[in-house]
Amino acid sequence: MPSILAVVYWAFAGLAVIASAMCITRRNPLASALWLVQTLFCVAVLFTILHAPFIGVLQVLVYAGAIMVLFLFVIMLLNLGRSSGDLKGLVASAVATVLGIGLLLDLRPISHAGPPDAIVLPAGALDSMLVHQGVVGSVAGPLFDTYLVPFEITSLLLTAAIVGAVVLAKRKL
Amino acid sequence: MFTGATLAVSAVLFAIGTIGVLLRRNAIVIFMCVELMLNAVNLTFVALSQRYGLDGQVFVFFVMTVAAAEAAVGLAIIIALYRHRDTVNLDSITLLRG
Repeated sequence: MPSILAVVYWAFAGLAVIASAMCITRRNPLASALWLVQTLFCVAVLFTILHAPFIGVLQVLVYAGAIMVLFLFVIMLLNLGRSSGDLKGLVASAVATVLGIGLLLDLRPISHAGPPDAIVLPAGALDSMLVHQGVVGSVAGPLFDTYLVPFEITSLLLTAAIVGAVVLAKRKL
Repeated sequence: MFTGATLAVSAVLFAIGTIGVLLRRNAIVIFMCVELMLNAVNLTFVALSQRYGLDGQVFVFFVMTVAAAEAAVGLAIIIALYRHRDTVNLDSITLLRG
């Protein structure tokens, strides 16, 4: 008898795979985008089940909320909603599928080649960390401590992206 | 919990994203497939952070930031491309072919 958590996990994992497959096969870019939103929501549920509820919330806010709105905005701005199919022909599709399955087979051996067992956390360490520091604090702690310099560089990256987007999209500066 | 299963799921999602990139001609849809691949990588990070500490979740944070910056710049490029060519079909944009 599988636990209720396993049932929920596999339901959303399966839904994520189905939704992503729908995303790449829909002819309408708008439908593709909405199926991608569905995929991102399912992955957010998986994050929550995998002891990362904060990342799950970020996924919904940043990915499904902000980034996908940007995509839908551009699709509607360029009026691509009812453009005809852009799927490649039968031969190209077959080649793409074969290459994708080949990639999957390539990824298979990596699952056996994990990092050494010596750095595995002791059992229950993660739970106690979440209990003592809180769900957000346990992620924010290393972010503002060990990874402070990369975090600051991130702000530089975002500034560069804002400036770049404005320069690219503007007809005349 | 579910670590191996999640690695398998994220590998499948990554492969589907790759197939999407190879399958489509619309630049925006290809871009969405790239986002799907980034998300599959995030799933791997979170799955392994259960065993190897929370640094993986910090990296998910960075990947999300880079994805947001990439989406902003990439979509600006697509808009600029559309303005010049009136299409986002990558097969008809052959600037480098001469």
